[in-house]
Order: sequence, then C-alpha cells, then structure tokens
Amino acid sequence: MGFMNLFKSFLGSNWGVHPADHKRPAADQPVQRLPMAPRLHLMLSQHVGAPARPVVLVGQKVRKGELIAAAQGNISAPLHAPTSGIISAIGEITAPHASGLPGMSISLDADGEDRWLDLERPADPYALAPMEIANLVAAAGVVGLGGATFPSSVKLNLGRHSSIDTLIINGSECEPYLSCDDRLMRDRAAEIISGIRLMLIATGAGAAKVGIEDNKPEAIAAMREASSRIGEVSIVPVPARYPMGSDRQLILELAGREVPSDARAADVGVIVHNVGTAFAVHNAICLNRPLVSRLMTMNGKAAATPGNYEVPFGTLVSDLIAFTGGLHGEVAKMVMGGPMMGTVLPHLRVPVIKGTSGILLLDAAEAAAFEPENCIRCGSCVKACPMGLLPLEMSARIRNGDPDGAVDLGLADCIACGCCAYVCPSHIPLVQYFYHAKGDLSARQRTQLRTEATRKLALARQERLDREAREKVEAAARRKAERAAAAKATAAVDTQKQGETV
Amino acid sequence: MNATSLTAQPIASPHAHGGNSVSRTMFRVQIALVPATLYGFWLFGWPSFFLWLLTILSCLGFEALALKMMGITRIRRTLLDGSALLTGWLLAMTLPPWAPWWVAVVGGFIAIVVGKQVFGGVGQNVFNPAMVARVALLVSFPVPLTQWVYPLPLTSLAAPDFIDGLRIFLTSLPQPDAMASASLLGYTKTELSRGIDLLQSLAGEHAPVLSWIGARSGSFGESASLLILGGGLYMLACGIITWHTPVAVLAGIAIPAAIGHAVDPTHYLSVSAHILSGAVMLGAFFIATDYVTSPNTTTGQIIFGIGIGFLTWVIRTWGGYPEGMAFAVLLMNALTPVIDRFIKPRILGRDRKGKPLDIPESKGA
Repeated sequence: MGFMNLFKSFLGSNWGVHPADHKRPAADQPVQRLPMAPRLHLMLSQHVGAPARPVVLVGQKVRKGELIAAAQGNISAPLHAPTSGIISAIGEITAPHASGLPGMSISLDADGEDRWLDLERPADPYALAPMEIANLVAAAGVVGLGGATFPSSVKLNLGRHSSIDTLIINGSECEPYLSCDDRLMRDRAAEIISGIRLMLIATGAGAAKVGIEDNKPEAIAAMREASSRIGEVSIVPVPARYPMGSDRQLILELAGREVPSDARAADVGVIVHNVGTAFAVHNAICLNRPLVSRLMTMNGKAAATPGNYEVPFGTLVSDLIAFTGGLHGEVAKMVMGGPMMGTVLPHLRVPVIKGTSGILLLDAAEAAAFEPENCIRCGSCVKACPMGLLPLEMSARIRNGDPDGAVDLGLADCIACGCCAYVCPSHIPLVQYFYHAKGDLSARQRTQLRTEATRKLALARQERLDREAREKVEAAARRKAERAAAAKATAAVDTQKQGETV
Repeated sequence: MNATSLTAQPIASPHAHGGNSVSRTMFRVQIALVPATLYGFWLFGWPSFFLWLLTILSCLGFEALALKMMGITRIRRTLLDGSALLTGWLLAMTLPPWAPWWVAVVGGFIAIVVGKQVFGGVGQNVFNPAMVARVALLVSFPVPLTQWVYPLPLTSLAAPDFIDGLRIFLTSLPQPDAMASASLLGYTKTELSRGIDLLQSLAGEHAPVLSWIGARSGSFGESASLLILGGGLYMLACGIITWHTPVAVLAGIAIPAAIGHAVDPTHYLSVSAHILSGAVMLGAFFIATDYVTSPNTTTGQIIFGIGIGFLTWVIRTWGGYPEGMAFAVLLMNALTPVIDRFIKPRILGRDRKGKPLDIPESKGA
C-alpha cells in the first residue's frame, strides 16, 4: 500500500479514491423476488425532465405494464403499472430526497394477480429500424438506470444528429456497497448483450465497449462468455477506482477521449449507457415489456439480509425492509443510492423510483459523523478530484460568501462525486458547500431572470401607455381637425346656400 | 448567505469517509521525526532533551493561552490535533542543541502566537511558524543562536550528566571552549571572509560521510542527514507528502552548487557539502512540505521547492548569514499565494486557461 502510493505519486495521474467496497457478501447472494406490496406509489417525476402526465382515473383497473402516465415534452418518460390492480389515489407523497418535500404520485392497490397486459412481441427485433428502436424504448419508459435517470431514447436518438462511433456500456459500478449491476451481469449477461446490440443499431455506432471494474471477476467472465460470438461488443476490465463510473472518466479510460466541458459525450462520438439500461432495452424491445421494476441492492450493517432484490417501482422502502427481514440493530442513516453520491432519506415511507440502485441502512459506526475542523491545505482533495479542480479553494470562497469566486475556479465542472470530502482529514463537508453554492447561484439566476422579465413587462407596459396616450392625443387632434374641416365645410355650404338664397 | 446550511450536520453525500484525520497526519509526521530526534539526544546529551521538551511545552502552552484569550472553547481538542506539538518539535530541531531555556520559551511564543494564532490558527498562517520563530530568534539573539557544540555522545566521559545538563540549560553560562565548535557553513564563511579559500580551510576537515551519520556540529535535529532522509521516505510511503517539494528543494540547491563548484572550487562549496550541511535535509522533507504554507498543486510545489533551494544557496554563498534555509522558506511562503494564483491544475474538459476544449471537427452536430 505504502510503496504503491510512492510509485503512483511518480506517475502523476492519481485521481479518485479507493474506498472499501463493502460489496460482498451482498453481491454473492442470488437475486430474490419479493412479495408484492399492497400499495405502490409511482412518482410522476422519477426521471430527468418534465414529470409524466397521469392518463388514468382513480378507481380505474389497470393491468401490469399498462400506461398510467404519459411523457410530456421532449425530455420525459412515461410510467407503467408495475402490477395489476386499481388506481386508488393521485396525490402527494414524500419524495425520496433529503429535503422530505412531497411530489405527485399515482397510488396503485395491487390485486395480487400480477397479470400482464397482452403484449405483442416483434418477430425479429434486430431487424427494426433505428428510429423504431428508439421509439419503443421511449414508449417503455426506459431511463438511465445507473442513477442519472435521463430518458434513454433521447440519448439513442443522438446517433442520428451526430456521428457516434463507440457505444460505451458502464458496468463499472464504482460506488461502494452496490452490487446490482454486478449481479445483473452475472445472471443476465445474454440479455444485456442483446440490449447492447439493439442500442448499437439505434445509435449507428460500430462498436460497443463494456467497462467493468476489475473487482468483479465473475461479471467479467459472464459477460465475456455471452459476448464471445458478437464481434462488435468487447468487454474491457477497468481498474477499480472511484469514480470510474462517471461518464467523463469512463470515456477517457475506454475511448481515450476527453469531453470538452461545455459539450456532451455525443460531441466526441460516444454515448454512455448503463448495463441495467441495456437490460431494460432488451426487455422493452424483445419482450415488449415496459420498465416496471429493477434490480437493486439492500446493504449496510443495519440491513438484516443484505443482497440484491427485484423490486417493482413504487414499493415503499418500509415495505422493502419488512420483506427483507427488518432491521438488524439500530439504523443511524438511510441512504438511497451509494454512499458516495446517494441521498439521505427523510424517513422510510418513500417509494422506490427508477433511479434507485440501492437502499443502504447504515449503522452508527458506518454513519459516523465528525465535526469539521479548519482546512490545513493538505491538498488531498486536489489530488483526489477526478475533474482537476481545487476543492479547498472553492470551499474557502464559498465560506467567505463568494460563490462567484468558486465559479471562476470551476464550480460548474464539479460532478459532486464526493472524493474530496471522502479524503478530507479535517472532515469538511465539501460537497455540501458545493451543493449550497450551486443552489445559491441557481436561485440567484432565477431571481435575475424574474427581475429581467418584470423589467421587460414594465417596459412594455410603459411603452403601451405611452403609445396609448400618444394615440389619444393624435386621435383628439384628428377629431378636432375633422371637426374643424366639417365646420368649415358647413360654413362654406351655408355661405353657398346663403349665396343661392340671396 | 444562509449560514446554517454550512454549519449544520451535513446531509449531503458522501456518507463514507476515508478515515484520515488531521491528528493522524500530524502523528505520522512526528513518527518520522523520532529517529533523528533520538539520535540528537544521544549526540548532544541532556541539554538538548530539555530544550526539546520545553520548546514543545511552551508551544502547547501558548496555543492554549491564545485559544483561551480568543474565547475558543475546544482548547483540548485543538491541542490534541498535534499541530502545535509538531511546530514546537520542528522548532527544537532547528535550534542549537545547548541553547538556554528562554530561547525555547521565546521561540514557542513567536511560533504560536505571532506565527500562527495571529493569522487565525491552524491552516490560516501565511508563514511557517517554526521558521518565523527560528528567524526571529536568530535576528534578535544572534549569539546564543550560533553557539554550536561538538557532538558529545551520551556515553562519552565529557558528556554532561542529568544535573550538569540542567545547569547548562537553565543558566546559559558561556560554554567551555573545548566543547564549542563552528558548523561547517559558519566556519567556511568566516575563513572566506578572512581571505582563506575553501581548498585550504577545508583541507582534511570535511568528509561527507560524517554528515550522513551526524558527527558534526549543528542544530539539534539536523545533523544526521541519513535519519532525516529516512523519516522523509517514510512520509513519502505513507502518502503524507509527495516527492515534488523535497526533490525540487534538493535540485534547487544542488544545481547551482554544482555549477559554482565546477567553476571555482576555491569559493563555492561542493554539492555534497551544501546538501548535507545545515538544514537542507530537514527543510526539504519537513519544512518545505508544510501543507499550510506551500502551494497546493504539484507544479506549484516544484516551483516553490526550487525557489527555496536556490535562495538557500544564494544566501549561503553571498549573504551575511552562513545558513539561509529559514530565510528562503519564509520568502517562498510569501510567494505561495502568488504561485497558487497562477498555477492551477487543468480542469478535465478544459485547457490550461480554463476555456472548454474544442469539439472535434469530424464529430458533433
């Protein structure tokens, strides 16, 4: 360890951190199905973009896979019923977010039959046109299952606007504790490869590279086996290093390309999709099954049975915990997602959403919080930052109430991966500082926009009033002139008449 | 600005921590100092032990006092982070081993109160506190700060015992001439000023091997280059420091020394004499690598290190003082904010100037 550090410090490129991964034993447990919860709550906004629009009424009977909320807008995703049952309510429920704020959701009472909608399967899915694949993926509500939840069809469609040569499939799963992608690759490699082939057709890319961290030898073996006869798909083991699964880092590692900070991956000819997304694409196209459930990890010292579970969307975390054997001791912190980037849950009555890769029930020792101390400028955060930022300088600016200074230092490029706070010997919550400043700035931008809009409106009103006043004056003048002309005319007529009479 | 969201218990990710802490880092640096320190005790006897102890105690005492006067409640925790202890330790390493007790007390006061707490405590100081104290002492009390003794290992007969050591430490009587000795740098400077060139003054005197094992007069903790180098390598292996600063410091002094010595060996000391004398080893590994007062990028650290090395050589060669490490460190400390302002790491996806990289022509919409 010590001498590896010595060696690596000579190499220079030393971004990221190596957290203890805590993936086993959960990763080695076979996947389990859980009983259906009596009531599911489907958040209308569980993807990036505009929330879905409900297309069902309360009391309506739905079958599994039936559309219950449609996408609205260009970037959005539809929702489907995860089981058969009756729509019991459309209202607010606490969103799975640290704020504990509510969000709109559709509540569905399961009838216990779990009956699928009769769905027609395409005869030869690989003969479909790129456009058709993208449309089917969109209709199935598939979003990025790595956690970003960006509607996948939008990314697939990028292939038609820019030339994509490489499809990068993210199987790195660099977050500690999580093993759902690992499990999926071990158990469903053939389906994932099928999904990758469909995505290759949809994007027009010539080759796909699947990046898997080398701490998952079983997954690498399974995926190699499944892709052995598919020439376009190559499995590439990547070093286990957090945040290897961040798209910019993975693109650099696998394609050797650096994405310009104001551009997207597609601009350098690549698109990144998660292995879970590839699996969902396979289901959407080959089985014509919409995305209604996902594989997710239950882990942490306070979880009774750590492992991976197939969970329908909308299942409450409290139901999930009950189905998996309850709590093991006292839970000190509940996290949705991984420990490096996940969000704290306000309480257990929040639903699982499409982006839920795991629920962590951390005990007191795992969730130990330390009181922040002064920055000693050790530069650990600078070495750890995968984006090449200066976290210590940015946080100093933010602490002194100068978020613009932090922006000048590259705050906008921060991916909130948490490496800086993870290595900080002074336990400074750097990511919290950055979130705070980003929030502050976007609030200010909104205010600015609003002020600008108000100013424009006021200006327009003033112009209108001025114009109206001007028009009034002009109209009055015109009327006066008309009246004068008319008077003149009558006077002339009168004199004429007088003349005639005279 | 909403202050509570920055001070309240953080809820933002990450929910895991690597386990490093300020006290652990400071502790490891202290471990790295132990061999050279123990060897210093053996070489210079009881007076050096008392000096070391009192310097540390006075640093801790002044830290506690300063915190109390500022109304800070977590005194105990701050003392336990080990930073004041380390400052005192480093300061003691740079003092003449038989310096009297008040040097330790005054040094501790200058280091902690003037060098650190006035700026706002740990992490806020511009200058290395130990070096501030070292330079202030040297400028204010040149005589006791340049009185070196020849190493008298504890086992030798002439070495002062516990009581004698205490007497030397507390009374600051003039040292017996037999024990007094000049450091190599001081000796050559004096001889050069008398018109005796290096080839004559050093004839048979200087052997680098003696510096490696520390058999030379000099500051308490600086004489055994080998042990300091070992401590430095330990810190490198632990990842507490990187190679950039120490290598840059050594290169900064070695390159001009090599050129000078090649041009005129009668006036310029050799590379080994420079690197193995005085505070160069300690400075390169323990002083210049101080987190707070050095630049935070590797490129910046290389510039900083070369600056320290070069200035040290310049002061030693042409300056009024035989040793220039402390001055060089302070000068470069002053430049650290400037270096940090101009040297920034390249952000991924941007060029060195911060402009986004160009989108490749063949791709894109």
